[in-house]
Amino acid sequence: MRIGVITFPGSLDDVDAARAVRLAGGEPVSLWHGDHDLKDVDAVVLPGGFSYGDYLRAGAIAARSPLMADVVAAAGTGLPVLGICNGFQVLCEAGLLPGALTRNSHLHFRNRDQGLRVERADTAWTSSFTPGQEIVVPVKNGEGRYVAADADLDRLEGEGRVVVRYVGGNPNGSSRDIAGVTSADGRVVGLMPHPEHAVESLTGPSTDGLGFFTSVLTSLVGSR
Amino acid sequence: MPVVVVDVVLKPEISDPQGQAVLGALGRLGHSGVRSVRQGKHFVLEVDGTPDAAELREIAETLLANPVIEDVELHLPTD
Repeated sequence: MRIGVITFPGSLDDVDAARAVRLAGGEPVSLWHGDHDLKDVDAVVLPGGFSYGDYLRAGAIAARSPLMADVVAAAGTGLPVLGICNGFQVLCEAGLLPGALTRNSHLHFRNRDQGLRVERADTAWTSSFTPGQEIVVPVKNGEGRYVAADADLDRLEGEGRVVVRYVGGNPNGSSRDIAGVTSADGRVVGLMPHPEHAVESLTGPSTDGLGFFTSVLTSLVGSR
Repeated sequence: MPVVVVDVVLKPEISDPQGQAVLGALGRLGHSGVRSVRQGKHFVLEVDGTPDAAELREIAETLLANPVIEDVELHLPTD
């Protein structure tokens, strides 16, 4: 299974994301934001970092890059897409996911190991988990406060679009402790915490993050 | 060259921790009469020829502001 990892100017975690794909048993494929070429990948990861230095709004300029037009089109026909941290911000700015990420309520950059509860274990990226399972992965952001209008939050909750929620403390003031959401079809997922940093016991607080990457491989096998 | 100004502010229902931090500093400096502060962005665009209002509105609403969280005001040259 070929899993593309997009590099934008200012991406930081593309190498870790590719490594996580490899550890999960997939073949990572480097994609460049300025190309119009998805290289026939079976799924795409948008990694963390600070694309364009977070200028204008985090993820705003990257969301208008040439390759993102292809990602949006492919997502419309079911391509699994995972956005992590800055990648989540890009997906929201590109209109693939609802809501927006704003400056943390306490104004500090927050970097710690974070508890999460998996609310949806039937998306393309979370099927390796069980509903309600609690996991620990690093979180590190300055603009990670998930917001949307109250009516939109109610609708998202009603449709079961919240994929992961913060437990043991909300690191950034996100509405309703929301750490990640999904598209209506469960193929596009974005979250602020970093599963790609929790794939080996030597360097991560757990190996819980690997589940995101094994999930998509399983879902791809199932769809073929 | 015509100048177009675009002001972007967070929607009233979106909390603005940066504005609140500024308000806190004002209080510490003794400016107790300021009730609230909302921080925004101010863009100044120089454009060729006569500004195209429709195009500038699109620029303001689709790139300069995120309509999910921000309100935008477009100020075209008046002369």
